[in-house]
Amino acid sequence: MKRNQIRIVSSDLEDASYGICEDGEEGLGGCATLSVNDLSLHYGSQPAFENVSAHFKPCAITSVIGPSGCGKTSFLYSLNRLIDLFDSARVEGTIRFGRLEISNPDCDIVALRRRMGMIFQQPRPFPFSIRKNFHLPLREHGMKDSGERDAVMEDALRSVGLWPEVKDRLSTSASNLSGGQQQRLCIARTLALKPEVLLLDEPCSALDPIAAGVVEELICSLRGRFTVIVVTHNLSQARRISDDAAVFWIRDGVGTLVEHGPANQIFEQPEQEITAAYVSGLRG
Amino acid sequence: MNLPTVEIRPYAAIRFASYGAAFIILAFSVFFLWSIASQANSVFSFSFWLELPENAGRSGGIYPVLVSTFLIVSVCALISLPFGLATAAFLVVFTRADTRLSRCLRICLDALAATPSIVFGLFGAAFFGELLGLGFSILSGGLTLACMILPLLIRMTEKALREVPQEFSLQAEALGFSQVNLFIKVLVPLAAPALTATFILGIARALAETAALLFTSGYVLRTPESLLDSGRTLSIHIFDLAMNVPGGDAAAFSSALALLLILFIISLGATLFERRWSSSLELR
Repeated sequence: MKRNQIRIVSSDLEDASYGICEDGEEGLGGCATLSVNDLSLHYGSQPAFENVSAHFKPCAITSVIGPSGCGKTSFLYSLNRLIDLFDSARVEGTIRFGRLEISNPDCDIVALRRRMGMIFQQPRPFPFSIRKNFHLPLREHGMKDSGERDAVMEDALRSVGLWPEVKDRLSTSASNLSGGQQQRLCIARTLALKPEVLLLDEPCSALDPIAAGVVEELICSLRGRFTVIVVTHNLSQARRISDDAAVFWIRDGVGTLVEHGPANQIFEQPEQEITAAYVSGLRG
Repeated sequence: MNLPTVEIRPYAAIRFASYGAAFIILAFSVFFLWSIASQANSVFSFSFWLELPENAGRSGGIYPVLVSTFLIVSVCALISLPFGLATAAFLVVFTRADTRLSRCLRICLDALAATPSIVFGLFGAAFFGELLGLGFSILSGGLTLACMILPLLIRMTEKALREVPQEFSLQAEALGFSQVNLFIKVLVPLAAPALTATFILGIARALAETAALLFTSGYVLRTPESLLDSGRTLSIHIFDLAMNVPGGDAAAFSSALALLLILFIISLGATLFERRWSSSLELR
């Protein structure tokens, strides 16, 4: 079985090259490159987005912005093939991640999803104990030793600053944590699997301003170690955190990528009129 | 302003009717239990549970009936629970909701669930009794009961599993869970309370059944020595005492109360089991 080849050991987490991957030589700074080419998604006969081509800078934070309904979240779901769960979804085009062709039907999805973690808008850790939230996925990815799983959990919780808050209540339900803590737990749980890419779907929009600020800082701290792609509706947040920005727009009822480039260029001197209108608050 | 008086009258009537209905149901339940208990005089002695019946069941105990009931319901549960869970897993996890196969399966299950039990009895007698040569036996009866409760069990299990919020499945998929472990480690524990209720309902239906058993397990009033022996369940015992044994009414009521007590114990046991299971996962 392919999946058994993935062994995560706690020493990996102490490794300075935390985000390194098998295909590392293709990317910069240790992350594999992620690029999509001519990607289209249809739900039944209804197109969600069409002809999206983009190259995501490795180990940088790219924010995906645009008005509601332009296919940002669907785009994110296509990247880790979570879109497969939606019955009517049909994806065309290619997604390449290092040497891995994600759009290939034979792609090992379990391995892909370990390398490409995802955080959702609603922080929903499993309503089991905090410890079990880590042990279940680590066990799933072949880490048999419980002590080792505990060590990985502690490192992951420390890296999101949650360890001091939860270290005395690891056997209590994760549902008792506050919204912000739950979201950080979800991020820690994903980091524990040692991914290379993090896909975040509006990670702060269900949180109160203070918790959102903490999570935002946490996302910034991931820069340089992971390729982060974050969908957000919060333009000022996108401006604060991102190295690159990708602007989606709806044209004739179909989502499309209108502009993609360095964040300061997108926000200060956008090439497209529509981008200028959107980032200045005139449209969208 | 005459609005309040116009509005209040129907509300008061609805309120009165609703309180009244609740009271009537409560009063009926008490009366129902009392009317059975008041005529079931022998149920509270040990000899009733442990002795052999005498005089065609008019006096003596119900020991052989209890043994037969236990064996038939056990056969039924051992076959139908794993089968039901597996089929529901297929419908919920392993196939898309709208494939032709799953739609056909659902239509068949709904039709079977609405089939009168006497039809299952005829089928069981012909298939298990004659064709497989099991004759009138505990095995034949248990298998027929399993066939009878499976459609309902599968549909209710499916419903219980679908009621687990989809976010948890998405999270599990995004963390790279295989579908088998998504089912076993996430969906089943989270659906535990509803699955327990389904189990209780299924077993209660099996315990209550007479028609499907008349032609399959028979109604011999002796202690079965193996699964291939014939034997009568409590429900059939009650039916026989009330219909075919003049002067058997008191014994019928005693057996009826015994049946209610057994049902109560089963549902209490299942509920306690589910509580412990849930709290071991920190679900509560």
